[in-house]
Amino acid sequence: MNILGLLPYWIVVFLMMTGFYVVIAQSNLIKKIVGLGIFQVSVFVLYILLGETTGGTAPIMAEGFVKYNNPVPHVLILTAIVVGVATTALGLALIVRIQKSFGTVEDDEIARNEGSW
Amino acid sequence: MREKTVLRVGSKFLIPFVLIFALYVQWHGDFGPGGGFQAGVIFAAAFILYALMFGAQTTRKVMPPWLTRFLLCLGVLIYSGTGLLGMYLGGNFLDYFVLASDPVTGQERGILWVEFGVGVTVFAAMITIFLTFAGQDTEQ
Amino acid sequence: MTEYLIIIVLLVFMAATALALTYLRNLFSVVMLSGVFSFLGAVLYVFLDAVDVAFTEAAVGAGISTVLLLGVLTFSKHEEKESGHIISYPALLLVLVTGAALIYGTLDMPLFSDSMAPANSHIARYYLENAPIETGIPNVVTSVLASYRGYDTLGETFVVFTAAVGVLTIIGRVPGKRSNKQDGDKPDQKKDSV
Repeated sequence: MNILGLLPYWIVVFLMMTGFYVVIAQSNLIKKIVGLGIFQVSVFVLYILLGETTGGTAPIMAEGFVKYNNPVPHVLILTAIVVGVATTALGLALIVRIQKSFGTVEDDEIARNEGSW
Repeated sequence: MREKTVLRVGSKFLIPFVLIFALYVQWHGDFGPGGGFQAGVIFAAAFILYALMFGAQTTRKVMPPWLTRFLLCLGVLIYSGTGLLGMYLGGNFLDYFVLASDPVTGQERGILWVEFGVGVTVFAAMITIFLTFAGQDTEQ
Repeated sequence: MTEYLIIIVLLVFMAATALALTYLRNLFSVVMLSGVFSFLGAVLYVFLDAVDVAFTEAAVGAGISTVLLLGVLTFSKHEEKESGHIISYPALLLVLVTGAALIYGTLDMPLFSDSMAPANSHIARYYLENAPIETGIPNVVTSVLASYRGYDTLGETFVVFTAAVGVLTIIGRVPGKRSNKQDGDKPDQKKDSV
């Protein structure tokens, strides 16, 4: 079990779990969206870590370089980042709407206003 | 924010350069990092800076609602249109090699058009979302 | 070796930022720390030679997300509600179990920055060898994104379009057509526009 070779992945798993904890344990809706963002960024970091090679450079062809990094994770993560911000924007729009209807963004207070559903 | 002279003059100075940089990133996405998404976001960032300094109502005069809605659809139509053009010229959907006499030039041309469509849609989407958030009532 | 150390240090900074974010209650600081987190991610991507991704993360993740979060923050309170307990133990247990399962999964993975890993072998080699010849442009990421995987990018453009339309539908309103409180406070009876 090569610790040095696996240490970046373990730190990324720690980041993922921090984001996961914020999503499920905190009650403020805005903080949940931020936690979701942390989770997303750590998943992207995991993918890009998988595509790294020793001695490789960025996957743009140039004179004098023979070894390039893997371009496929970069393509996937580019799409994923943009989809992530689209989700965040929609989630924030829903929060603004909830704030207007219930007057609060704490989810236990929202659950208590049963009559307003 | 109108009263802060340094911010106002500084942003008036910076906004044209941000727009030029966005266009640079859009068209040089083939030769360096860049492409449609980054260029659309940077272009929108210039308008967002303007809105932060001079107010959302002034920005709406520059970007009226019909224009943002039109640009939002135009980008998607450019992308799908390039795909349909490939079908019309003999290939399958989103085939680029039929767009010019030489397949490699066709690929370059197709990639340029497609990235432009993506940039336009991303710009319009970011501006729409920001101005919608900025136009809400603040009395809660 | 220095690059590896820099990557580990950046990851530790990101972990510290994430932990601080969990404990803070002032929402403004939380939003600022999320911007810092995204910027650290962008710097990390530069060190991992993913320049396109770094560009997009800095512009989109650290720019647009922070601006939108700040925009939402003007409508709500700036402090999270004070809760009786600090840590929620069932959530912590679930998080620890999931983390342990994931770490058990990483034991089978190829080591960090291995050129012979399966992820770097099959289709990546094909793209790196053939994309500049077939498409004529040096940036392999752009050519894969726009040409080899053009359908995915079309779908992504549709997703961005749908997000903008969705935001318009949920909170769009026509300015200047307020009904002067004739039928109580019902702000959601306006037509959608921006």
